[in-house]
Amino acid sequence: MAQHQTHFELFELPVSFDLDLQDLSQRYRDLQGAVHPDKFANASERERLLSVEKAAAVNDAYQILKSPQKRARYILELQSVSFDDEKDVALDPAFLMEQIEFREALGELNQHNDPLSVLNNIMADIKNRITAIVEDLRVGLASESLDEEQKSQLKQLVHKMQFLNKLQQEAEYQEENLLNAI
Amino acid sequence: MALLQISEPGQSTNPHEHRLAAGIDLGTTNSLVASVKSGLAETLPNEQGDHSLPSVVRYTSDNIIVGADAKAAAAEDPLNTISSVKRYMGRGLADIKESGGRRPYEFVDIDSAVPRIHTVAGDVSPVEVSAEILKTLKAQAEASLGDSLTGVVITVPAYFDDAQRQATKDAGKLAGLNVLRLLNEPTAAAVAYGLDKGTEGIIAVYDLGGGTFDISILRLNKGVFEVMATAGDTALGGDDIDHVIAKWIMSEAGIEDDTSHHQMRRLMRTACDAKEALSKKDITEINIELDSGSNWNGSLSLEKFNELVLPLVQKTLLPCRRALRDAAVDTGEVQSVVMVGGSTRVPLVRNKVAEFFEQQPLTDINPDTVVAMGAAIQADVLVGNKADSDLLLLDVIPLSLGLETMGGLVEKVISRNTTIPVARAQDFTTFKDGQTAMSIHALQGERELVSDCRSLGRFALHEIPPMVAGAARIRVTFQVDADGLLSVTAREETTGVESGIEVKPSYGLTDTEIETMLRDSIEHAEGDVTARMLREQQVEAERVLEALDAALADDGDLLNSDERNDIDIAANRLLELSKGNEVRAIKDAIAELDKVATEFVARRMDGSIKKALAGHNVNEF
Repeated sequence: MAQHQTHFELFELPVSFDLDLQDLSQRYRDLQGAVHPDKFANASERERLLSVEKAAAVNDAYQILKSPQKRARYILELQSVSFDDEKDVALDPAFLMEQIEFREALGELNQHNDPLSVLNNIMADIKNRITAIVEDLRVGLASESLDEEQKSQLKQLVHKMQFLNKLQQEAEYQEENLLNAI
Repeated sequence: MALLQISEPGQSTNPHEHRLAAGIDLGTTNSLVASVKSGLAETLPNEQGDHSLPSVVRYTSDNIIVGADAKAAAAEDPLNTISSVKRYMGRGLADIKESGGRRPYEFVDIDSAVPRIHTVAGDVSPVEVSAEILKTLKAQAEASLGDSLTGVVITVPAYFDDAQRQATKDAGKLAGLNVLRLLNEPTAAAVAYGLDKGTEGIIAVYDLGGGTFDISILRLNKGVFEVMATAGDTALGGDDIDHVIAKWIMSEAGIEDDTSHHQMRRLMRTACDAKEALSKKDITEINIELDSGSNWNGSLSLEKFNELVLPLVQKTLLPCRRALRDAAVDTGEVQSVVMVGGSTRVPLVRNKVAEFFEQQPLTDINPDTVVAMGAAIQADVLVGNKADSDLLLLDVIPLSLGLETMGGLVEKVISRNTTIPVARAQDFTTFKDGQTAMSIHALQGERELVSDCRSLGRFALHEIPPMVAGAARIRVTFQVDADGLLSVTAREETTGVESGIEVKPSYGLTDTEIETMLRDSIEHAEGDVTARMLREQQVEAERVLEALDAALADDGDLLNSDERNDIDIAANRLLELSKGNEVRAIKDAIAELDKVATEFVARRMDGSIKKALAGHNVNEF
């Protein structure tokens, strides 16, 4: 039964990219209040195991619903868009070029007098791009039914977001290294 | 000592009986035990009236001494007196070599993955040494409370990895404790602090103890303590400050690096005294007896002390930055910074933390006792004394978990700061035609290379049906429970064959080793293993029946009369058998009842989920 329940169903929410995050986190806390293992410390072995399972499912759903990228991807997956096959991803060359330039800039930080401020600019730039994509996803996913063309465009946006997230992680790693060296 | 409490005859099975529970702060330098008495958490003293037990264990040829007396003997009997054993929990011999120029004890290199320390009483593992500290705290609590403990919560540094947590839980088991939960130290502190002050919003807990450093960012909301991120260093604490000072004294006094164990212990003691003195004044005199018999006199100014210690304090700020970022929180959003751990008494630590968080940290709580008190509050709830409590702790895993893939790379399965409990699956396939076994290597850490992460265990998967390469689909599931402990299961999906798993913990004791130690300790203590096992099963049966009664009273209407009848039959059977003395039969009857009640349990869980969200839906429609 629980296997077929979607994350939205578990939280008793309609499938939608636009979520009230405050309401979502309140639902999350209430659900955990009902299923968390701390509430079953004295219960039978089976109840304890079930509670770990349920609490893990609630955590998993919350992780996906609260992140714009994961939520977008999940909504598309619910509409049978597959992300398994990496081959069919043709990102536009301009975007890929940009990614390469970002990576190079991150690799050359130490050539600057003030690498941290250069890095801060790069990080702000990445953040802006992520915000823009979230906005595009919001607009795209707002329409009632999606045709194949739209799905494919949205899938591209999710992929771009994944690239940008990886880039952001790399930038954060560089920042830690720089701060470590001080 | 407190008066002994004696319950009325026949009252002991009353489900509303107050059960005794305790929180234990098993620290690097000192350990404490606390309990909730008449609604308030307080630390429990020993017979001498001391609340804090030095985490020092001395082995003599015929005795084991724990606490202040052991600590006092450290300099005269350094090799049989074990202190800071927490630093060795869940660690291999290689880690111990790394953590300092000189090993303080004689480690024995043996077959087991767990190092053993050679003492006059034989070789002991860090888990056994910790168990001695826990046994002492258990006895202290039971003497103070007047009855035996139903369950305990033991705290661990938030940044402890899987092996370190497992070792701590093993120590609890070995000490004969019912460990309800391993609780992260900063979370425990947040509970005690948050409930005391009625704080809501985002707080940071900066916990610099004797040997470990943690920073946790939490959101407090109506009794729910949600850890947003945690970071730290499990090998950084007051001990390291002492080391730096000791090194300085050595260079000033011309003491060689390879000096005697006795001299080292005296140095560490002197260094620690100097550190403590400098939290109250600007300069302190140092007087140390040398092995030659002469004395060295000098003085250490606060300024020099700060200069020596600054690099260590700086080292704590990087995890602070990382935790804030992982939590996606700016320093401006942090309402208060709570200081925990004895080392936060160092003025330089307070100054640097204030500078980093752009606010004065809170130092009005006792940094030594707050962790044990928070653990006591959770233990009280977990043991069932507060049925209607809103208290809920949502914690995270501190380090990412992953699997080794081709080329010595790590594939992350669960990222750090994921809320627990969590379960994630990853699919793998075979590399060769007809391959029937697969080796899986679980790792913990943030880096991409296997060699840079900590090995948690190797799992050999057998009985995979022979197929062409790439056809088998093996789903490996990582599950982390509310204690932060990992378990791994695997299943071949195309045929549904559940494959056998062998677990070889990299730095832990095997189940057999634990079993043997447990048997040894029972045999020494009571001489009758069977009697104890019977008693344990009877208590378990009692607990199961009590829980069932409570569940039926609340939700009995979820069952039709046939279903109810089946449950009643199984319950009565268990009740009858539990009066007898057949361990196996009681165990089987518990399992049988559990099976019969499966559907009831599932319906109850779904019902409580519906109930939890009912408020939201009323508002919406």
